[in-house]
Amino acid sequence: MSEHRLILAGLDGDRTWRLQDYVARGGYEAFRKIIAEKTPPDVIIAELKASDLRGRGGAGFPTGLKWSFMPRSFPGDKYLACNSDEGEPGTFKDRDILRYNPHTVIEGMLIGAYAMGCTRGYNYIHGEIFEVYLRFEEALDEARAAGLLGQNILGSDFSFELFAHHGFGAYICGEETALLESIEGKKGQPRFKPPFPASYGLYGKPTTVNNTETFASVPFIMKMGGKAFQGLGKPNNGGAKLFSVSGHVRKPGNYELELGTPFSELLSMAGGMRAGRKLKAVIPGGSSAPVVPADIMMDCTMDFDSIAKAGSMLGSGAVIVMDETTCMVRALERLSRFYHEESCGQCTPCREGTGWLYRVVHRIEVGIGRPEDLDLLRSVAGNISGRTVCALGDAAAGPVQSFVKHFADEFEYHIENKKCLVPPAVQDTGSQIYVSQSC
Amino acid sequence: MLDIEIDGKAVQVPEGSTVMDAATLAGITIPHFCYHKKLSIAASCRMCLVQVEKAPKPLPACATPVTNGMKVWTRSKVALQAQKGVMEFLLINHPLDCPVCDQGGECLLQDLAVGYGGAHARYQEEKRVFVNKNYGPLIASESSRCINCTRCVRFTAEIGGEMELGQAFRGDHAEIMTFLGRAVDSELSGNVIDLCPVGALTSKPFRYSARTWELSRRRSVSPHDSLGTNLIVQTKNDVVKRVLPLNNDQLNECWLADRDRFSYEALTGEQRLLQPMMRNGEDWHSESWQKVLPFVSSALRAVVSEQGGQALGALASPHSTIEELYLLQKLVRGLGSENVDFRLRRHDFRSDAVRAGVPWLGMTVVDVHDLDSILIIGSFLRKDAPLLAQKVRHSAMRHGLQVCTVGPNAEDWRMPMATRALVPPSEMVDTLAAVAAALAMKTGKALSETLEARAPTEISDDARAIAQSLADGEKAAVWLGNLAEQHPRAAELHLWAQEIARLSGASFGFVGEAANSVGGYLANAVPGDGGLDARSMIESPRHAYLLLGAEPDLDFADGVAAMEAMNRARLVVAISAFDSPALRQVADVLLPLAPFTETPGTFVNCIGDTQSFEASTHSRGDSRPGWKILRVLGNLLELPGFDQDHFESARDEALGDGGDFRARLNNAIGNVPVATPSEPRAGSLQRVADVPVYFADPLVRRAPSLQKTADAAQPVARMPSVTMAALGVQPSDRVRVTGTGGAVELQVVADENLAPGCVRIAAAHVSTVPLGPLHGELSVERL
Repeated sequence: MSEHRLILAGLDGDRTWRLQDYVARGGYEAFRKIIAEKTPPDVIIAELKASDLRGRGGAGFPTGLKWSFMPRSFPGDKYLACNSDEGEPGTFKDRDILRYNPHTVIEGMLIGAYAMGCTRGYNYIHGEIFEVYLRFEEALDEARAAGLLGQNILGSDFSFELFAHHGFGAYICGEETALLESIEGKKGQPRFKPPFPASYGLYGKPTTVNNTETFASVPFIMKMGGKAFQGLGKPNNGGAKLFSVSGHVRKPGNYELELGTPFSELLSMAGGMRAGRKLKAVIPGGSSAPVVPADIMMDCTMDFDSIAKAGSMLGSGAVIVMDETTCMVRALERLSRFYHEESCGQCTPCREGTGWLYRVVHRIEVGIGRPEDLDLLRSVAGNISGRTVCALGDAAAGPVQSFVKHFADEFEYHIENKKCLVPPAVQDTGSQIYVSQSC
Repeated sequence: MLDIEIDGKAVQVPEGSTVMDAATLAGITIPHFCYHKKLSIAASCRMCLVQVEKAPKPLPACATPVTNGMKVWTRSKVALQAQKGVMEFLLINHPLDCPVCDQGGECLLQDLAVGYGGAHARYQEEKRVFVNKNYGPLIASESSRCINCTRCVRFTAEIGGEMELGQAFRGDHAEIMTFLGRAVDSELSGNVIDLCPVGALTSKPFRYSARTWELSRRRSVSPHDSLGTNLIVQTKNDVVKRVLPLNNDQLNECWLADRDRFSYEALTGEQRLLQPMMRNGEDWHSESWQKVLPFVSSALRAVVSEQGGQALGALASPHSTIEELYLLQKLVRGLGSENVDFRLRRHDFRSDAVRAGVPWLGMTVVDVHDLDSILIIGSFLRKDAPLLAQKVRHSAMRHGLQVCTVGPNAEDWRMPMATRALVPPSEMVDTLAAVAAALAMKTGKALSETLEARAPTEISDDARAIAQSLADGEKAAVWLGNLAEQHPRAAELHLWAQEIARLSGASFGFVGEAANSVGGYLANAVPGDGGLDARSMIESPRHAYLLLGAEPDLDFADGVAAMEAMNRARLVVAISAFDSPALRQVADVLLPLAPFTETPGTFVNCIGDTQSFEASTHSRGDSRPGWKILRVLGNLLELPGFDQDHFESARDEALGDGGDFRARLNNAIGNVPVATPSEPRAGSLQRVADVPVYFADPLVRRAPSLQKTADAAQPVARMPSVTMAALGVQPSDRVRVTGTGGAVELQVVADENLAPGCVRIAAAHVSTVPLGPLHGELSVERL
């Protein structure tokens, strides 16, 4: 099997992000057809449901279902938001979509706005990829000039204003309600749910928030039909998806493949393990997904259900590959530090717990761990997960729980011997950055 | 109604209730920190996590809506494990030094840690430390104790009307602070002290002066504004140490204005008058009650027998109790005088002859909640009656109440405002007439015959908008504020307000200046037939004055005239809780009065509630409750009816049988002729005088911490930039301002919230007394 490119198709040329390039690739055909045929919104949502498209941001919620939650006859504005606040370690797909194919996101949002009756949209772009934000603004200008955004689009009675909005790099703003708070100009902190954004979203109005890749998939589903898209993947795991492969592989990068493709194939597409080293573990869905040891991972296919069965989650599709030179204590220390830094500080378990987790992992790593520390880590992580306002608490606890579960021996070795199971010299060879020829 | 079972107890709750509401109804306490019944739900402390049937995770009780048939366990293994987990997290960075914390003994975290905390800490790393913030003279901060419940943040945004505090930074670096360069200067700021569940925000004046368990608690009533805020006065060794709110859902809910909370500091101040004082030429000496009262009695007798009863005038502060006001008027009337008044800052008394009853708010405070539209005429409401303003704010923010004002001032009330007709004092009557005329047109009802001829032909857009708002509102109200009451044409404002209320079907009334603005009428402390009102007693000076709780320079409509009249008097007897240079200048005898915490008494507030209270402490020094001083004086003067053996006897005499005086509350007035105002000279400036919240009465003026706040800043000359340009002055220039009483030097401050041609200069401050009256023309020259 090889890649199945939809979003990434035809992006090898120069300046592929321009409107004329996108149109040449068949862009805006789906949207124009909807406008021309006055396709009823129900039909669009039914098509999406048939496609089995599940949210590409991490939670994997069925998109068609989400769209059907929006109240139909709501007086006043309804909002559409695109979550491009891609801040999770290991994830780098949305920025490439926006960098090389921004119009597919605009078209996806147009179709979404049409189907849900939204009058205004925002694309919230992570603050640390500012050049992507600037490029998206350019794309918006092109679309506005071409009459694809604004009032009475393409002469129809459908109007939709779309704006780009950039954050300042806070990971928490990728949580959909924190994202809405941030757009409103407030501190990026998640709201408690219920109410969900579909009933009380941006400025208190019904709002749908989808991931960049989700929107980018919509035009292709409309063009090829929901059934055909679904047929690309497995039942309940429809379509093709981008995987951001990073770590100890020969050719890290974004790969778009059908869901259900075996992990082993993805690994070989990414050039296989570097220098013929052995695979040790994989984080299959971004840093918040539990780590999966090599032997279990090699039996997995890349789709929501298979990865869930392996005790982890497909998440955003960020596949972090670690070979035998990796010290799992050090790797976890790095992740825990990230969550400690990024906790928003709103609710108690995450605010206080993420720092505690990091400090304990850190002291194990630097050789002053205590025998009781593994139990402490399990207990503290357990007290965080499921007790917080948003999923960041679970995201912080998940890696700790899974690393300690699968690699307890490494942690114990650290605590007992005050040193690493993987000798530092070996780690050093592993941490050299490998640049593939094709990049 | 929804059925829910909590810990096996079945209860029914209304739709929209949360699990926390249901638990409260079932009498089950769920531990919590961030939840507060009067604030929005944050659901962030996670202490109230409970087990809900079919829910995969414990859910926060405060934010989980009840569904029919729900089953909840608040103390199951799952729930307790979650609650204990949260408690451990809260404690890892919290200093465990309760013995040195000012909150110790009344700390929610301390209390709940007993039930949910562990015996030893598993966290052995260094604790987080924050630098303490400076929140001004009232609130002390110990940031390291903060548990980030954000109650204070939500209070400032939702109750105070402006987000003065926020949570900066992320994760365990998150801390509460003010916005850069800003302070907490809400007049309600002290409530965050009560709201803070830990020792992060404590009372600066009270700090380290007592432990909660050492304090006795006494119910009391605030003597400051007309709301009659209910208080818990806390004392130790017979000294007031702290004042806290007593929950009263009809009035103040669980809030206090800073004025009510911190004015107690004046009770022990150096200016307290603690012994009777007598003048001897230019010298003063202290004297015993046994000597001073017979002297006062014979001196009063002498004046009355030589110059007649009318030679005597009594002027009482509206902050006095019913008992004091009642016995004062009884004493004066016993001596053959009808000259008694408590409306000291008023100028226009024409309504006295035509009023149907006792002016009051005309509605209950709770009713503000349901209003759709309100017109507030001539008021600095936010500072005059902070908690009444809070009710209006709440309704405006939550229920879309449209707030309109007419007056020379449009300062920030921290609430959404519909229309503010910004007109100089001299045009207020005409503006109200225009509103009435617009209303008559809109509603098709005719103006009253007596007013028809006075209706203006030109109607401003503002007047039209106000009329529209009142006409549209199903429930509307018209309030007259303190500035309207002190206005030189107050009776006409009253008359037009009555007309507007009639045409729009609105309720109508007065905000009232002080604790007994309604009670003073009920106690009959107003002139009777042939008697002189407060203004006339000053304008036609008396031979003898009895002053009760008032300061001649600061508490009168014209301090210069009042001082002059009293200076010329043969005898001035001042019953006062405080000593002051002005009192010593005019008085012959100073009798030490027990302030509200040291005397029993009664206030009748703006909604006609009678609220009696006992003394919280004994009287300090030789000061005595006012009703006792007056009763003994009555006895010495051998007047009949001065045999009350308890303050309640005096109250019952004053308020009539069973205190049922509701029928007497009536804002209606008959016709008042047009005052022919002296046309303001072209280009002349009009004075707008506010009585700043912390200068308003003798007690609050002497409260040291309140005097350090922004609201107690030195008075300045505020004027809009058009007026500044016309005068050729710049902000922060010094100017000489001359009024009818004299001249003062002030600094200019630009204030666009004033009508053109107006200069706003605070009253009730020694530096501005020489200007004379609270209204009228001023001239300004640059120095």
